[in-house]
Amino acid sequence: MTDISMDTMARAVAHPRRDIGLKGRYAAERRFRIYGAVAISVGLAFLAIMLITIVSKGYTAFWQTTVTLPINFDEKVIDPSNKRATDPSVLIKANYPKLAENALVAKLGINPDDKPMIQKLKGFLSEGARVQLRNIVAADPSVIGTTRNVDILAAANLDSAFKGQIDLSVEEARRKVSDQQIAWMDKLKADGAMAEHFNTGLFTYGASSRPETSGMGVAIIGSFYMMVIVLLLALPIGVAASIYLEEFAKKNRLTDLIEVNINNLAAVPSIVFGLLGLAVFINFLGMPRSAAFVGGLVLTLMTLPTIIIATRAALAAVPPSIRSAALGLGASKMQMVFHHILPLAAPGILTGTIIGLARALGETAPLLLIGMVAFVADYPKTPFDPATALPVQIYMWANEAERAFVERMSGAIIILLVFLMAMNITAIVLRRRFERRW
Amino acid sequence: MNIMTEQSLENAVGEKMSAKSNEVIKMRGDKVGVFYGEKQALFDVNLDVRLNQVTALIGPSGCGKSTFLRCLNRMNDTIDSARVTGKITLDEEDIYDKSIDVVELRARVGMVFQKPNPFPKSIYENVAYGPRIHGLAKRKADMDQVVESSLKKAAIWNEVKDRLQEPGTGLSGGQQQRLCIARAIAVSPEVILMDEPCSALDPIATARVEELIDELRQNYTIVIVTHSMQQAARVSQRTAMFHLGYLVEEGATDKMFTNPDDQRTQDYITGRFG
Repeated sequence: MTDISMDTMARAVAHPRRDIGLKGRYAAERRFRIYGAVAISVGLAFLAIMLITIVSKGYTAFWQTTVTLPINFDEKVIDPSNKRATDPSVLIKANYPKLAENALVAKLGINPDDKPMIQKLKGFLSEGARVQLRNIVAADPSVIGTTRNVDILAAANLDSAFKGQIDLSVEEARRKVSDQQIAWMDKLKADGAMAEHFNTGLFTYGASSRPETSGMGVAIIGSFYMMVIVLLLALPIGVAASIYLEEFAKKNRLTDLIEVNINNLAAVPSIVFGLLGLAVFINFLGMPRSAAFVGGLVLTLMTLPTIIIATRAALAAVPPSIRSAALGLGASKMQMVFHHILPLAAPGILTGTIIGLARALGETAPLLLIGMVAFVADYPKTPFDPATALPVQIYMWANEAERAFVERMSGAIIILLVFLMAMNITAIVLRRRFERRW
Repeated sequence: MNIMTEQSLENAVGEKMSAKSNEVIKMRGDKVGVFYGEKQALFDVNLDVRLNQVTALIGPSGCGKSTFLRCLNRMNDTIDSARVTGKITLDEEDIYDKSIDVVELRARVGMVFQKPNPFPKSIYENVAYGPRIHGLAKRKADMDQVVESSLKKAAIWNEVKDRLQEPGTGLSGGQQQRLCIARAIAVSPEVILMDEPCSALDPIATARVEELIDELRQNYTIVIVTHSMQQAARVSQRTAMFHLGYLVEEGATDKMFTNPDDQRTQDYITGRFG
């Protein structure tokens, strides 16, 4: 009995619990987890700061102040000598701002003869009123002589003041709106004549030197043209190149070299592609400057490596057993690729393409070089007309000093981010839906 | 030295067999060698595949039996570095001759793989794919007929007849393998090559596939690679033993498993190496 217990004790002494550093290992793991959590928090914090800044600056861009005025399309102002039947240009050249001014004077109850007072109205309504009223008359000349309620855009400064973005405690001489204008603004607001509406102009107007009449219409169309061109060119070329390289080409030095080069091209700074486009498409081939078509070509060059890499990865991910099965049945190599490999690789190809497109959509530098940073007021009717692009529009607005342009820039960033997010979500959804497991 | 003995042995066996039976030689390998790049994987294999018989290829891993099998329908062509020497004939025609189209060859010599590999399409489509690309059944009714008879021959019709439009990948492993056999049968091949068709299956599924192989022998010539001695003994009429890229010996299965000529065969089938 004693012998046995002695024996056990001896064994316990002989085999103490080994120190295998468990404490240290767990501590290391805890530290590592903390580092990870900190890294993620920092990342999220920066993202949040960025989003909050942009959204807080930009959300007001989606609202625009207008003044609803009963405009009297007075024949004496528009066409005093009644020549419009013989000379239609009269209707183009007429003094439309005067109509708006008259209506505003009447609305505010100012004595029409009080010139100094009327002088103070300058800069209350947007210069865009000219185009706005001219379009109404041009569309329907019979409106002359009648009165109609029209929502006239408020000038950018009044718009800012109405949104409360102008600090009224600053002395009058140093701010852009006078006390008198503020008083009128409050009066119109109380009337309900001055109000904020959803800013459709932000999506439809072209370039303008006045913030309230500038929008991203041209940029959206330009970006749309470019995306279509990139999709039509980069997808077929990229997929064809990938299929050839992955399935048909012999693996040798040459194909290795091509592969290395494609991977390198994907990392080439985009501005270099812009220079290439400038040299080849514009200087050598004589294509038009500022055109969405050239922009599309440059972005195609830039997107191709991305699409090729994604497509090759997707093709390579199709299990060899499917290839053997098709070939073993007597399918030709091309039948194998088009009946089996390509359909299975399609989700991966689509995802890669969408991500490539999203990258191209956000690309600015190459477009600057081919002249897409231009003041384009009219919609491009074809991809060969001058146009701008969404990121370039942001870049141009960022160069403007006025408060209202900063607001529009942030608004444009929000819109661009929404587009990009929509594309990336589409990519994720497609991948989830069509992902296959073997 | 080794090569000489094996070859003379093989020749002797071959002569003895052809002398005593009038069995038709469906495929014949004549001094077949295979190189993967610089490395030689198969050395001077002379092996006959007899019509309407099951020929089993056995041997330890890496002995070249799968390599030889893949030569019979030129699946080795798909490997860039692979090079085949010697001569393989199908009905006395050299299958590596320029006049033979590899696509046509594979329609005549079908293949079933180690891992069941149905296409991720419907069961119907899996079977119909081969006949469709070869233009064997032009009308829908003909195609239905081909699909049904192929599935019946592969002994899986009763299990899948009500769900032909469901994906083939949703079947169990054994069913998938029989579907793959049906797919191979659908193009009416003359020879079916099977590369360890049961290695991924459980014993019950294996038994079903083995039964099936025995039935298929009536209409097709079958070459099967297997790691299971029992399977070779059960399903084959002829057995060929490979070792280190050489054909050690070939003969009637009964004889191979009871009284092999070569010591290595004896050792392998009794489990002393491999």
